Amino acid sequence: MHSIRWDEIEVGQQLEPLIQTAIEKVQLVKYAGASGDFNPIHTDDETARKVGLPGVIAHGMLSMGFLAEHAAGIVGTHGFVSRLKVRFAGMVFPGDVLTCHAKVVAKDEKERTVGLEVRIEREEGKALTVGEASLTYYQTA
Amino acid sequence: MVLDRSVIGSTSESKVIEIEKGAIRTFANAIGDPNPLYTDEEFAKKHGFASLVAPPTFPTTFRVPNPNLQIKAARVLHGEQEYSYVRPIVAGESLRCTSKVVDVYERAGKLGAMTFLVTEIRGEDLDGNLVFTGRSTIIL
Repeated sequence: MHSIRWDEIEVGQQLEPLIQTAIEKVQLVKYAGASGDFNPIHTDDETARKVGLPGVIAHGMLSMGFLAEHAAGIVGTHGFVSRLKVRFAGMVFPGDVLTCHAKVVAKDEKERTVGLEVRIEREEGKALTVGEASLTYYQTA
Repeated sequence: MVLDRSVIGSTSESKVIEIEKGAIRTFANAIGDPNPLYTDEEFAKKHGFASLVAPPTFPTTFRVPNPNLQIKAARVLHGEQEYSYVRPIVAGESLRCTSKVVDVYERAGKLGAMTFLVTEIRGEDLDGNLVFTGRSTIIL
């Protein structure tokens, strides 16, 4: 997606969603290696079932990573993601196709910051990860 | 409770973490994030950075163990996570990181009592300037 400049971003805008490719088990193995989170409930079905899950579940931090991708894509090179806060509300499984949504809820001219409400959904209207982000725009952007 | 409230206030040793280009690329690739700031050093330099930029959730890779905190739980769930930045983290720098237990509390849940553990991590450059903070809530 195209990044959005300071003069283009407005409170109330519902930004173009970011649709992720379907989660694959191999992605969870890659994420475990890259992040250092080797909890086997993300990579081993047998362990996951032993703790009462239907099978492996995705790392919550992978979903937060998707929202970070979306927020950073919005600000592009005009600034940076200065804050991201999320709550993990529902589990994500292999095969899930996730969509990242963001809505502009604040714009502070003095601080050059934009506040976003962000969420991840599998089915419309049912958020699995919800939170908020702040984008700090550079003075020249 | 699976964790005693006496751990509140306990801190880790501070640990200096080197931010490596390879680790950033591997992390961005695992997420599938195509942002060139994370993988294309020339692009990052063209936009004013000394080297590759780290994605916002990159500090999840920082392991800063707290010896006072021993978790013995079969199942650990991640409840909430927050990161705040003074500026982005850039490859080639070193950050001094410290983590601290800020709260432990219990709530009744569907499957019985749940223990919430809240920890904070702070990362400073080697001159002592704050770069980022993180706040994590896990459920035991």
